[in-house]
Amino acid sequence: MTCFGDERTLDMPGQDDGCHLPMTRRNLLIAGASSAVAVATSAEAAAPSTPAEHASVPTAEVRMSVNGTPHTLDLDTRTTLLDALREHLHLTGTKKGCDHGQCGACTVIVDGRRINSCLTLAVMHPGAHVTTIEGLGTPEHLHPMQEAFIKHDGYQCGYCTPGQICSAVSVLDEIKQGIPSHVTGDLTVRPLLSMDELRERMSGNICRCGAYSNIVEAITEVAGVAA
Amino acid sequence: MKPFTYERARTPAEAAAAVARQPGAKFIAGGTNLLDLMKLQIETPPHLVDVNTLGLDRIEPMTDGGLRIGALVRNTDLAADDRVRRDYAVLSRALLAGASGQLRNKATTAGNLLQRTRCPYFYDTNQPCNKRQPGTGCSALGGFSRQLAIIGASPTCIATHPSDMAVAMRVLDAAVETVRADGHTRTIPIADFHRLPAGNPQVETALEPGELITAVTLPKPPGGTHVYRKVRDRASYAFALVSVAAIVQPDGSGRVALGGVAPKPWRDEAAEAEMPRGAKAVMARLLAGAQPTADNAFKRPLAERTLAAAITQARA
Repeated sequence: MTCFGDERTLDMPGQDDGCHLPMTRRNLLIAGASSAVAVATSAEAAAPSTPAEHASVPTAEVRMSVNGTPHTLDLDTRTTLLDALREHLHLTGTKKGCDHGQCGACTVIVDGRRINSCLTLAVMHPGAHVTTIEGLGTPEHLHPMQEAFIKHDGYQCGYCTPGQICSAVSVLDEIKQGIPSHVTGDLTVRPLLSMDELRERMSGNICRCGAYSNIVEAITEVAGVAA
Repeated sequence: MKPFTYERARTPAEAAAAVARQPGAKFIAGGTNLLDLMKLQIETPPHLVDVNTLGLDRIEPMTDGGLRIGALVRNTDLAADDRVRRDYAVLSRALLAGASGQLRNKATTAGNLLQRTRCPYFYDTNQPCNKRQPGTGCSALGGFSRQLAIIGASPTCIATHPSDMAVAMRVLDAAVETVRADGHTRTIPIADFHRLPAGNPQVETALEPGELITAVTLPKPPGGTHVYRKVRDRASYAFALVSVAAIVQPDGSGRVALGGVAPKPWRDEAAEAEMPRGAKAVMARLLAGAQPTADNAFKRPLAERTLAAAITQARA
């Protein structure tokens, strides 16, 4: 195993896999920034094999607003929005599940739309307004969807929950906007809110504990419709 | 992911030139397929050209009564567009049958056409795959081939094209507008856009290096009743085993394209002459020459039954 070529080691500096990196990803980025390496760095020269070469991976600057706070980040171009949130802004509420857009645990709301933050690069979002679970509510002032998930026991282990809640908030917004779904009967009229609609629209969020029925009840309550 | 340099393009022609300039460079739009493949090092572009800022995100009426869909229109927006829902419902239905809400919010019209196969052997970098590494062989032949192609494949590759949207585009006679690195534009009929594998399964489209899709156009509305039926292993968020896009006219004539059975959306206009005689007659011609494996021989009767159900649904 090539320790320095293993992205997981870089993404998860605390993980003990037998490789002892002398630098964390964050330190590497600081080194990259201080050596003023431009985006134009040739990728071949930056091919990772030693720590010294790692310091010259291509970086780019991106400014975005996260939960209302502006941030300027200088990032390895490979950094996903998910890793930028978790590893650079320390907003660890957003979870890394499959890291391939299959589970929905990383769902956040960008410019009013839910997306998989694992399948987009942070540098692709200049000027974006990102809302994570931390921005929806606080322990003292929960978002109604957070309250409903607690009331209806919409989770067991809780790992998928931030993604489920961000997705659920967006789902209600999408129905309000009239965006149809696979189960919408008539495409020429506005979709109605129903259990079938909620189940279909939430299918991109997997819950290994199987809390689905309680999740649907929670969303239904927030939508103002009797379960 | 392998390291890569990154730039934001300012015009379509500049984007095309930037990708043509550097071997292996790629456009990135939604990124939902490309980044997945880059994480697995199936794709290792040394340079990415971000086309999200090119403004190709509008759906506009054309003078001939058709619709021009910008390459960057997100799948959600295309499916939700009032004109598409009313006049090209098969396209809305196909889009909504694919992926998840999160992915549709990011995935683009052009990117959807360009998405790569989900053949498990293409994804498993420990296995030979002619599409991923030309000349290494096809692990799917003799392997687990339940999901894979029954027609249009070759001894080098039996992968299917995974898109639902492309199947609807094919039945609607869409066309793909592009710009090349030298600034020249051209229009490619959807029927000629995706290529069959023959001896080069790594070549999947008619696009030249650096050629950028700028829009997909639809001819004037075809009328009729539009149906998209997708059969899959679970009710949502799964790729098709078989899908049928059908437009059925009141006199019983119609058009049919299939997904999940071939390396490209599968349509044969000659087979559509059989529409008034029913699904069995259509499939006898549409799937003539099919060479299924023992694992996926079920797709042939499944396609016939799915079309029969689509015709019934259209006439209901």
